[in-house]
Amino acid sequence: MTPSTQAKPQVYSHRPNEDEVMALEIKLLLQAIAFRYDYDFSHYAQASLTRRINNCLKKSQLNNIAEMIPKVLHQPEFFELFLKEMSVTVTEMFRDPKVFKELRNKVFTQLKTYSRINIWHAGCATGEEVYSLAIMLKEEGLLHRCQIYATDFNNQSLKVAEQGIYKAEKISEYTHNYQLAGGKASFADYYQAKHGYAKIHNDLKEHITFAHHNLIKDQCFAQMHLIICRNVLIYFDKTLQNNVLSLFNQSLLHRGYLLLGDKESLEFSKQKNNFDTIAKDQRIYQKISYE
Amino acid sequence: MMPVKSSSPYQALVIGVSAGGLNALHNILPKLPKSFPLAIIVLQHRGEVVFDGTSHNDFLISYFQKDCAMSVTEATIGAEIKPGNIYIAPAKYHLLIEKTKVFSLSLEPPVNFALPSIDVLFDSASACYKNQLIGLILTGASSDGSTGLKTIKGRAGLTLVQEPKTAEVDFMPKSAISLHTVDHILPLDDIAEFLCQLIQGDKE
Repeated sequence: MTPSTQAKPQVYSHRPNEDEVMALEIKLLLQAIAFRYDYDFSHYAQASLTRRINNCLKKSQLNNIAEMIPKVLHQPEFFELFLKEMSVTVTEMFRDPKVFKELRNKVFTQLKTYSRINIWHAGCATGEEVYSLAIMLKEEGLLHRCQIYATDFNNQSLKVAEQGIYKAEKISEYTHNYQLAGGKASFADYYQAKHGYAKIHNDLKEHITFAHHNLIKDQCFAQMHLIICRNVLIYFDKTLQNNVLSLFNQSLLHRGYLLLGDKESLEFSKQKNNFDTIAKDQRIYQKISYE
Repeated sequence: MMPVKSSSPYQALVIGVSAGGLNALHNILPKLPKSFPLAIIVLQHRGEVVFDGTSHNDFLISYFQKDCAMSVTEATIGAEIKPGNIYIAPAKYHLLIEKTKVFSLSLEPPVNFALPSIDVLFDSASACYKNQLIGLILTGASSDGSTGLKTIKGRAGLTLVQEPKTAEVDFMPKSAISLHTVDHILPLDDIAEFLCQLIQGDKE
């Protein structure tokens, strides 16, 4: 028998391990989601995305990630669940009080010169931060001149944000933060406590518009004096970070301000040369005017 | 003549530590030579304490920089992880390692009541480095890190735990030992020497 006539048994040179199988499952799941709902997670940082998908898997009591694929394709309510898991985040009012103090001292003082102020809070999640912002603006006598757009890609988060009802057990922590942030009144002036919950006063909401906006695919919608986007870019890869920062640059007026999360920076981005640094540690930047 | 093993099979060492960590880390890190060929990523549980305008993170970094031959920096988002460096996990964020060997951060809720969580770091580190990773659990009053260490073992990495008797708080080492058969249980004073021998190929 010559070697050429003998049928060789099929030998797999590489048998995929569990990790490689999971990587394929995730790729297919993300394709299904992008196809069905136009949410593109392909430029998310993979490590935390993988964790969140696995968290969603545990909660949904399915056996493996592949079983999530028919669910997202045929059950929109399952996708809502998935999206919720993707957006779960640690947030609090006046998180990093010093940031709010700097915002007040270095940015609000400049915004006072405008008769009408547009502010975009991108990725507002459940709203704790946008109400913190509104409180500071009110104390500076600016809120009535402001139009704040608070946007998120998760409609369920937006509903919570719009209601502005938070667990009362958090209030002492928020009060402490408020004081560190340079609060001028009493934090208790801004909410009503009832049955273990604290409801944010309606007058703070009057100048806030909550709206759906997906940073990955949606465009500019107004010219802004200030854009706040904290701890959103940490989940994106370099490409997506640059795209979103470019969107912010386009959305800002000349000399408009940008506030990022305390571990996010323009330093290694393509937008570095389009902004001045106003407060390095607090990540406050100002768009350079070429006029 | 026997061939000399010149390069370590390991690329990175992740260390998880909680209560009592400052002394334990100070017993180990300054003893490692400047030429130590692994990237070391340290996760010390703590809240963000700010005094004199300096965050606790800066304090930890300057504290170890002073006494270590290896370079000590904060693990920053998007930074490429290079051998010969000690990276300290920042407070208030989970630290993860991407498969491209860069750091990423997340504000997922606390895991095992911890933010940052050792399990989160170890899990992502082992997905990246697989059998080229060493995991080490030191003193602490938490069970965080036990599952992560087991995951490292599951991907054929090397697992080390501080001998509980030598730990300021023995809960965390004991918890790690109870969850899987760790490769080596070492007294605190021996850990640095063990690591040095390991990378020279004297230990398996």
